Amino acid sequence: METLLERIQQGHFWDFPGGIHPPTRKELTSQHPIAEVPLPPVLYVPIKQHIGTIGQILVSKGEHVKKGQALTNGLNHLDVAVHAPTSGVVQEIKEHISAHPSALPELCICIQPDGLDEWREREPWADYLNYSKEQLLRRLQLNGVAGLGGAGFPTHIKSATNAEIEFLIINAVECEPYITADDLLMQEYPEAIIQGIEILQHMTGAKHVLIGIEDDKPLAVTAIKAAVGVERGFHVCELPTQYPSGGEKQLVQILTGREVPKGGIPADIGIVMQNVGTAYAVSRAIVADQPLIHRVVTMTGESIHQPKNVWALLGTPVSHLLDHVDFRPGLNQRLIMGGPMMGFTLPSPDVPITKISNCILAPSNQELPPESPEMPCIRCGECAIVCPATLLPQQLQWYAKAKDYEKLESYNLADCIECGACSYVCPSDIPLVQYYRVAKAEIKTQQQEKQKAEQAKLRFEARKARLERDKQERLEKQRKASEARQSTSEDSNKIEAAISRVKESATDKVAAAIARAKAKRQPTEDESPDNSEVIAAREARKQQARDYKESKQTGTEPESSPTDKKAAVAAAIARAKAKKAKLAEQSEATEQSKDNSSENASEQDDRKAKIAAAIARAKAKKAQQEDAESLGEENVEPKSNATDDKKAKVAAAIERAKTKKAAKEAEANAQGEAETQASDLSPEEERKAKIAAAVARAKAKKAQKDNDQGKN
Amino acid sequence: MTIIYALIALGVLALVFGAVLGFAAVRFKVEADPLVEQIDAILPQTQCGQCGYPGCRPYAEAIANGDEINKCPPGGESTIKELANLMGVEPKPLDDAHGQEDVKKVAYIREDECIGCTKCIHACPVDAIVGATRQMHTIIIDECTGCDLCVDPCPVDCIDMVPLKPKAESWKWDLESIPVKVVE
Amino acid sequence: MTFKIASSPHLHIRRSTHDIMQLVILACIPGILVQAFFFGWGNLVHIAIAIVTALMAEALILHLRSRPIKPVLMDFSALLTAVLIGTSVPTFAPWWITVIGTGFAILVVKQLYGGLGFNLFNPAMAGYVLLLISFPVEMTAWLPPQSIVHHQVNIGDAFAAIFTGYTLDGYSVAQLRTTIDGMTMATPLDTLKTGFTLGLTSDEITTNPVFGSWYALGWEWVNLAYLAGGLFLLKMNVIRWQIPIATLGSLFLMGLLGYMILPDSSAGPLFHMLTGATMLGAFFIATDPVSASTTNLGRLIYGAFIGLMVFVIRTWGGYPDAFAFAVLLANMCVPLIDYYTRPRTYGYSQGSSS
Repeated sequence: METLLERIQQGHFWDFPGGIHPPTRKELTSQHPIAEVPLPPVLYVPIKQHIGTIGQILVSKGEHVKKGQALTNGLNHLDVAVHAPTSGVVQEIKEHISAHPSALPELCICIQPDGLDEWREREPWADYLNYSKEQLLRRLQLNGVAGLGGAGFPTHIKSATNAEIEFLIINAVECEPYITADDLLMQEYPEAIIQGIEILQHMTGAKHVLIGIEDDKPLAVTAIKAAVGVERGFHVCELPTQYPSGGEKQLVQILTGREVPKGGIPADIGIVMQNVGTAYAVSRAIVADQPLIHRVVTMTGESIHQPKNVWALLGTPVSHLLDHVDFRPGLNQRLIMGGPMMGFTLPSPDVPITKISNCILAPSNQELPPESPEMPCIRCGECAIVCPATLLPQQLQWYAKAKDYEKLESYNLADCIECGACSYVCPSDIPLVQYYRVAKAEIKTQQQEKQKAEQAKLRFEARKARLERDKQERLEKQRKASEARQSTSEDSNKIEAAISRVKESATDKVAAAIARAKAKRQPTEDESPDNSEVIAAREARKQQARDYKESKQTGTEPESSPTDKKAAVAAAIARAKAKKAKLAEQSEATEQSKDNSSENASEQDDRKAKIAAAIARAKAKKAQQEDAESLGEENVEPKSNATDDKKAKVAAAIERAKTKKAAKEAEANAQGEAETQASDLSPEEERKAKIAAAVARAKAKKAQKDNDQGKN
Repeated sequence: MTIIYALIALGVLALVFGAVLGFAAVRFKVEADPLVEQIDAILPQTQCGQCGYPGCRPYAEAIANGDEINKCPPGGESTIKELANLMGVEPKPLDDAHGQEDVKKVAYIREDECIGCTKCIHACPVDAIVGATRQMHTIIIDECTGCDLCVDPCPVDCIDMVPLKPKAESWKWDLESIPVKVVE
Repeated sequence: MTFKIASSPHLHIRRSTHDIMQLVILACIPGILVQAFFFGWGNLVHIAIAIVTALMAEALILHLRSRPIKPVLMDFSALLTAVLIGTSVPTFAPWWITVIGTGFAILVVKQLYGGLGFNLFNPAMAGYVLLLISFPVEMTAWLPPQSIVHHQVNIGDAFAAIFTGYTLDGYSVAQLRTTIDGMTMATPLDTLKTGFTLGLTSDEITTNPVFGSWYALGWEWVNLAYLAGGLFLLKMNVIRWQIPIATLGSLFLMGLLGYMILPDSSAGPLFHMLTGATMLGAFFIATDPVSASTTNLGRLIYGAFIGLMVFVIRTWGGYPDAFAFAVLLANMCVPLIDYYTRPRTYGYSQGSSS
């Protein structure tokens, strides 16, 4: 039995199940050297070009940036910085169509090149092997290196693995038809690539390096073999051409015969895989301190009359590249970013090149005929034969069409790598991969929603428990308070008693608030159609409000004692109840008071009551609109109660609440006044102005309601 | 006589089978979630109260006790279908009296207008609003269920319900929805 | 101008359902011609009747179901069903046999289940079984090979016999079945079965002229021709090896076992290989993708089950040949087979399939 390494040395590789042999058509571009294109008029640099989080934007509009200057930082572990691809001026920071299948707009930094192409200061590390792993990783992150293979996974995270790595696999397979970007890169920059591989090996501590290249790239193989030399001991593995041997999982299987366990990463079985383009970028970033600002892009397809590979600055609009390769669009022209198997169509040529764009394919309708109408599945099973993940695509499409997500999961839909081999062979032209993508996205959303609902439930229950606890505490205090009340004077006036208690001690404030609240509720609970009682109740409430303010002013220092906060909360509760009472009262004044009063009468302190209150509020508001006329007169008075207490925001809130009530006061000139006040803000008066603004808004709200009512 | 034998035989058989069935019912009892739990798991947990009950669980209890299944606008048609499936009844269209099914929204506080009254905090059923008295409040978007309950209590109307912005990560591969740009 | 939006992959193999069906029909041709050579032109007439019936029935039901007619007719699946039924019915069976069989296959078995891709059963075989059960006399009236029958029939006789029951010379189909010796003849399988019931040994039975010098006069060549067609399909990757190999393998094995245990009351394995519908069934009928299993292991099981059932029914059943029954029985097992033969997905450890 030969060992794994012996097998690899002798070129005896494994095979993965399935796979297809589509025409590769790489000869269109593989013979031409990588070309340079002139600077585009404007660059749209998306701030997110990788998987992970976005760093903070470091530049602002109008700022001049140098080539390679960081546009976002990389503070978080998952951040990857982006850089100015050339020197120029930041024209705008705005949303621009993204290089994503959805084409949803994404935040881009638009840079207008100044043509000087002036570099920022760089600090080359020629002796890169003398730097620590941490230093190297940090530099990779700051220089914006992310996987150039397709997913854009941050390289510094992949390389930071602490697992014991046996194999570092360099993926130079490039199995996708048409694309020759890696091929050309290997032909032209083999030394830099080898340097990058050395750095990657240094960081991951891999024992062996395997470079996997398909045998349809003889020039690249020769170049890499020559650059590797003999003493390094890297294994250059020539693999038979087969799609999708460049898939991460498939390449692991071909080279080592191992399988990445379900839901795991290659590091779990001692393997790290990097794309050959990433190796090049690593070498540039570490050795030359040159951030990832450009990449090789294959411009190919029969609608492009000078197909070739170009060096494209990240952020270059595709249209600019097309201008330099003699692009002649046909009818129903498709513009594909990526290869013909996994690439996605672009709705517009304005899409910018990003770190993961390796190819722009503009096929004629003869070479890649447009999709034909879908026919029924005849269960021929060809898709299952070619599936590299050994799934059963014909069953999956059946369940995907039926939206049977449970079945889809049991048939391991999540393990589909979306390589497109099944759709490629399907005689019925079923867009299988599209069905899977839709189903996957739907499953993901459902899972997220389920999770969110679960979380909401937990939070709701936690809140309910808290409210219940508070209520118990409140009842306890109330009981104490009533005991205390009995022990003091015979004064039956609850309000007076409450005020006096507030003056006595800060802790009693809460109880006082509750007492007040009770007092407020009293009139509504005893409601009867008799109008005089309502007026009396209102009177009492006004009195109480004044007293409350008084107590506030004369009470203990706000924000000093811990109990004050509690008191504030209680006060807020009291206010809420006051509002409830008020609304009930207002509606009482109308003819539709019956159901309101009965609802209010049955109210309790728990959550249920609040919901009911919300309904009552809604009804009351409606009633209020209809009857604003009659209410207006009574509401003039409270307005004058607005005192000069400006420090206490609570008081201000009360004022506003009253103002809100004051329907008739919301005159246009009042609003104008508030606005002028708000406009000439001086730092000291800011607060004042804010309050005024709030008042004005409240007034406006009322006014609008009146207007609405007027229209009615 | 034969009739009596027949009757005795049948009676014995009935007893034996009854005993076997009874034993099986006890021995192989399947412990399913109580109905209320199952219903509650289907409901969207927005706790919005649009159904007329103070939260999702109370509504789940009401459904278990025979209330209609079509009172949940946030859950919409899919929830009604699932409930109908669970309860073994015909799905019905959403009851308009409780609201319309809408795109998913979250509350958003215009922060410079907030006066710090804490009213919305008290209204929020899932404690998704952060803030203190006289301090600016803000909403934790990830926790907001879009229940709408905070909008009404706000005295200065600084809370808006805004639809969630589509994100590339949560895009559902609806190729038809991509706006195609017309170039020259 | 605008750019077109499409879903990946943008590259497709250029082989449609239409091409697959066409290749299968082409591969049938050698077998059909050899059959015509040995047993008279009747099967060509039946194929023609079946094709007309199938296309008309399909067009009619598609019209009733308000489905597009042309693309469905152009997928050639109805054509293939018609060809298979046409070759399966006895050479001079009356015309309405084919019409009923084909109509049932297309209207009920295929379209009422939802059309191509949704049928649980192989339409041709379900149609054939309906005929076999409903019209046993007509359906077993196979002619012996032309070389040993009394009356030679030409193409005109074939037409006349199929549409009127009598040849141009006025012979009935029953008369056509008599040999030069004046004996009424049946197929080798039928003869064997009758012989066994009479208590004869296989050696005695095979002296009957229908067995010829090898295994079954005429039938052996028909089977070899279908085998050639089947190998062509394998070469073209239209069918995969699992089902034919498993079918033939299990039939061969069972024949061998039977011959070793009871040599007197069973025919040898090669007899099973080269008589009746063996090759047609193994390469053209069992491999119908819609009603067969779709996993590799499942296909082996499916094929082996068919082979086993063919042997069992041929040996102990009431009917001389058994492919139609065996295929239908296997069709019924397909969902179960598919469920339990799901391949191990990449990255899953052996044994935990989900």
